[in-house]
Amino acid sequence: MSQEQENISTTAPSQATLTAKDIPPPGGTSILRISTRTAIILLWYCIAFTALMAATYFATKPAIEASAAAEKLQMINAVLSKDQYDNELLKDTITLPATAALGLEENTTLYRARKGGEAAAVILEAIAPDGYSGKIRLILAVKANGELAAVRVTEHKETPGLGDYIDPKKDRNKSRPWITQFNDVGFEQIPQAEFKVKKDGGRIDQMSGATISPRAVTNAVRRALEWTLSRREALFALPSGQTLEEK
Amino acid sequence: MSTYREITANGLWKQNSILAQVLGMCPTLAVTTNFTNAFSLGLATAFVMALSNGAVSLLRAFIPYEIRIPVFILIIAALVTIVDMAMNAWTHDLYLILGIFIPLIVTNCIVLARVEAFAAKNPALKSTWDGFIMGFGLALVLGVLGLSRELIGQGTLFSGIEVVIPGLHGFQVLPEDYNFLIGILPPGAFILLGFMIAVRNWLDARATAAKQAAARQQQLQTA
Repeated sequence: MSQEQENISTTAPSQATLTAKDIPPPGGTSILRISTRTAIILLWYCIAFTALMAATYFATKPAIEASAAAEKLQMINAVLSKDQYDNELLKDTITLPATAALGLEENTTLYRARKGGEAAAVILEAIAPDGYSGKIRLILAVKANGELAAVRVTEHKETPGLGDYIDPKKDRNKSRPWITQFNDVGFEQIPQAEFKVKKDGGRIDQMSGATISPRAVTNAVRRALEWTLSRREALFALPSGQTLEEK
Repeated sequence: MSTYREITANGLWKQNSILAQVLGMCPTLAVTTNFTNAFSLGLATAFVMALSNGAVSLLRAFIPYEIRIPVFILIIAALVTIVDMAMNAWTHDLYLILGIFIPLIVTNCIVLARVEAFAAKNPALKSTWDGFIMGFGLALVLGVLGLSRELIGQGTLFSGIEVVIPGLHGFQVLPEDYNFLIGILPPGAFILLGFMIAVRNWLDARATAAKQAAARQQQLQTA
């Protein structure tokens, strides 16, 4: 019991505890002097540990940037396979302003994939604002022929085990996850008016019991596809690094 | 002065940071959805605690008594930031899962508690060991909690372990479509933790009762 008391109590004086008396302040004991001295010591600790953090920051910076780029590329490769483009698409980008049709409230980056110099696909983000619990963030690849290459959910808060099958990692159907219905389809395969979940009279399947999440995703995909198709040329023509201006 | 044996017993059982002191509930509830996440965050905490206890113990002669708490917090925050950046750089996949919890180590009061209660008055090696074993005790409890929650919640064991140790794989113990929501959601953690604390208290009470009975027996014999 005494052991526990010794460990828990923080005020119990012991021989190794430091007190103000242990280190006599040089040059008098006025309150001002003691305060100044203490403040200077604290300042030195701040400088020393800030320097340590700065050193770590510079040592880890290249590795952190490399893995951030790799992560971005991994996400892009999930919606557009590597054999469909041959340019450095992380460097062929334009900035999209906040766009209501895509559900975006802030600037995002659109990546452009090209093969042999020809336009191959654009990769853009969209947000479905009407998920069951908040926004669902999507990444889409739209091929130059007007079809979607694929769609993935990058962020969502849908109920685990119910609506979260919109994310293929959570989908129990591993061979053909729900979201792969959007692979290689465009408005030619599924007309605009039928690009809805079956419950709304469309042609996109949904699982019974959880309609809200797939409905939100499907509608957001349709809106994003409409938006992209109506300005396909402009998206590819704009010089890299510029911001898309909407009239 | 406590011996290494006592320090170890304190960290793992007698003063276990979760089961006995009930400190650090935030990571306990947030990361224990499976064994891999829970135990990894536990080990990261143990690492930070060993570092912070060691650093404070080495510097304890140069830390004025009046400003020791701000200096302790500064040291802990700096170490956590460094671990955070190092993990982001060199174990990126693990960082993607634990990333948002690493800064929470700062707010886990067990770190400051051990620095103040132990490292500020003990030599560096002992302090480092105390920090590590306290953190390891925490990691063990988080691990058990994570293991039971993933088994009850989604019927798997060690899922996601390939992120930490490539080559290993988790098991699907129960049928693929098995699902029990409360295991995955935070209330499940509260309920299970309650059971674990109860078991610990029961074992302790039994040990104390046995000791008292033995003492009484001895008294009777000598009398």
